[in-house]
Amino acid sequence: MTMNGRETVLDAIRGALSGVPGSESPDATPLSHGRRVDHAGPDVVGMFADRAAEYRATVVRVPPADVAEAVGRALARTGARSLVVPPGFPEGLVPEGPWSRLADVPPLSIGQLDEADAVITTVATAIAVTGTVTLDHGPGQGRRVLTLLPDQHICVVRADQIAPDVPEALRLLDPYRPLTLVSGPSATSDIELDRVEGVHGPRTLDIVVVVDA
Amino acid sequence: MSGADNVVWLGTPAFPEAARTALADPQLRANLRRATGTIRDRRLAVAAELEDWEELRERAATIKHHTLRHLDHHLLRLEKAVTAAGGVVHWAADAAEANRIVTRLVEATGESEVVKVKSMATQEIGLNEALADAGIRAYETDLAELIVQLGGDRPSHILVPAIHRNRFEIREIFQREMGEWGAPAPEGLTAEPRDLAEAARLHLRERFLRAKVAVSGANFATADTGTVVVVESEGNGRMCLTLPETLITVMGIEKVLPSFADLDVFLQLLPRSSTGERMNPYTSLWTGVTEGDGPRNFHLVLLDNGRTATLADEVGRQALACIRCSACLNVCPVYERTGGHAYGSVYPGPIGAVLTPQLVGVEHAASLPFASTLCGACYDACPVKINIPEVLVHLRAEAVEAERRDRLFPTPEALVMKALGAVLGSPRRLAAVQRLAAGASRLVARDGRIGALPGPFARWSATRDTPAPARESLRAWWRRTRTPTSEDIRTKAEGK
Ligand code: SF4
Repeated sequence: MTMNGRETVLDAIRGALSGVPGSESPDATPLSHGRRVDHAGPDVVGMFADRAAEYRATVVRVPPADVAEAVGRALARTGARSLVVPPGFPEGLVPEGPWSRLADVPPLSIGQLDEADAVITTVATAIAVTGTVTLDHGPGQGRRVLTLLPDQHICVVRADQIAPDVPEALRLLDPYRPLTLVSGPSATSDIELDRVEGVHGPRTLDIVVVVDA
Repeated sequence: MSGADNVVWLGTPAFPEAARTALADPQLRANLRRATGTIRDRRLAVAAELEDWEELRERAATIKHHTLRHLDHHLLRLEKAVTAAGGVVHWAADAAEANRIVTRLVEATGESEVVKVKSMATQEIGLNEALADAGIRAYETDLAELIVQLGGDRPSHILVPAIHRNRFEIREIFQREMGEWGAPAPEGLTAEPRDLAEAARLHLRERFLRAKVAVSGANFATADTGTVVVVESEGNGRMCLTLPETLITVMGIEKVLPSFADLDVFLQLLPRSSTGERMNPYTSLWTGVTEGDGPRNFHLVLLDNGRTATLADEVGRQALACIRCSACLNVCPVYERTGGHAYGSVYPGPIGAVLTPQLVGVEHAASLPFASTLCGACYDACPVKINIPEVLVHLRAEAVEAERRDRLFPTPEALVMKALGAVLGSPRRLAAVQRLAAGASRLVARDGRIGALPGPFARWSATRDTPAPARESLRAWWRRTRTPTSEDIRTKAEGK
């Protein structure tokens, strides 16, 4: 290669931008300092629960002592027979029941995960206005594939993890970790632009919100 | 600009002829009216929930425009950050180069098939065809892309490429084609969207699980951290971004954002504008490679393919701010009636009418800037405030100019178009001039036609009779008759 793609593209960009004064700073984006409006209101937890439920997640609010039981009920509802528990998930929140338990140590194979019925995780943060849970795939959440292949995803969200809106949540996240924002079960609008739930990702999303008793 | 493979489909008729065919297809029109009506109402509802919607649009536009003015700087920052995080960055000046890079990367893995996440950039460069030439089969995994691929069809919408198909047609395609490509459609498949989605799940499951290489596009990439973002609904994106060993992302150079923090505006605007949801089901963000989680090799291909030529035009440049939400298609009265195929490009609708001619050179898509009534609905809907009518008028002048150069005879049309630009660029001025013209031109018109005109218009009017402007402009008619909901329109169209 003589003149490579990189130099060709960069030269073309610089040529196209010859009208931009050299004194203009590239970094200081002149932002309009409009008002920042609070879209969440005072009841952040309530809004999160409502909005997540609107996108067909099953949401329950329970005191700390009842989390394991709530998780057990979610598993019983779908009749799950196997449960993936990622490394670092709090032991006390795992319910007893007629399901086998799969730890990801050593890492489960894709085939094993494909056959698993459910997975339980904590979250990195959540967003009230959009009803979103955010995973950074750290301890308690596991690598990305764990929450992708099992058909039911149950996540445990502490009330104090719920950020009012997207900007606050983004500030809490570490961009150097893989991140997944989940808003309801998988869905599509591809048939006549109407939304139906349940395509490739988990078709059932359960959210257990832990509130102070 | 050459090298654009699929931006314009060669051999397709110019917009006016293609539109005539489309307009004669009642099934197509019914499918489009239904789909765009649904999404319009939903978008309006979720946008109205944010009382600072206008401020968000303004901020998004400001970020995009400022970034474009320093594109080289931000791309170099992005390259550095992605490389530091373990990714490899490639640069492609045109479609052919991008296709060569991707083909070489796939060949290096020894694999002969790839799974794909919906991506406009790879559509644009004709990647699937290029891979096929090298003996590599590319499988689309987005539901609408799958419908298009199985149907041997072309995309007609940037978000929902199979929008021109209704549920019954989709069932028919699945039953006929799925078996040819892999797992056949289930016995007794109904046309219920839920069942069709399930059929896609079953058809693609095995393919995801054994995939070693994936190709994706990108919605955003942040220069400070090197983070790439893919916004999706179905989970096919997560499958492709997580399961394979090698991930190749093809991204237009205009998608870069200066910082991770800028995502806050775009993640509020994009889902609401595009599917009318507060947030789409899945958004994946990744930075390079992560030990023990996801692909071990990550390649980012930065694609020019006509973008720098667009960047050079100070009016047309704003089209590069597009975040491909498709809101402008869904509100467009022309798109709703003709559908996407009439535009003869992977980028249909209002954004296509301004982007396509710029990517390929206006002389190669000269009819597209005219495929609009300049009603301004697209501008109102656009989350990054691209003034599509302004760019359309600007390109019309260029198209006329290009034709003049071609034919080597002087015509004042180019001048008239430029003058019109000043008027049409401002909706208020346009409305005023249209009211004036409707009155004044009636004075020179006979039998509803304007014949010979004086002065600089003489030669122009000598070769054509111009219909006198209607008493009411199309714009005014549209505003008057176009009531807020699609339901009203349907009622009206069906004679109440
Ligand atoms: S031009 Fe604006 S409205 Fe149209 S697809 Fe692009 S961002 Fe969306």
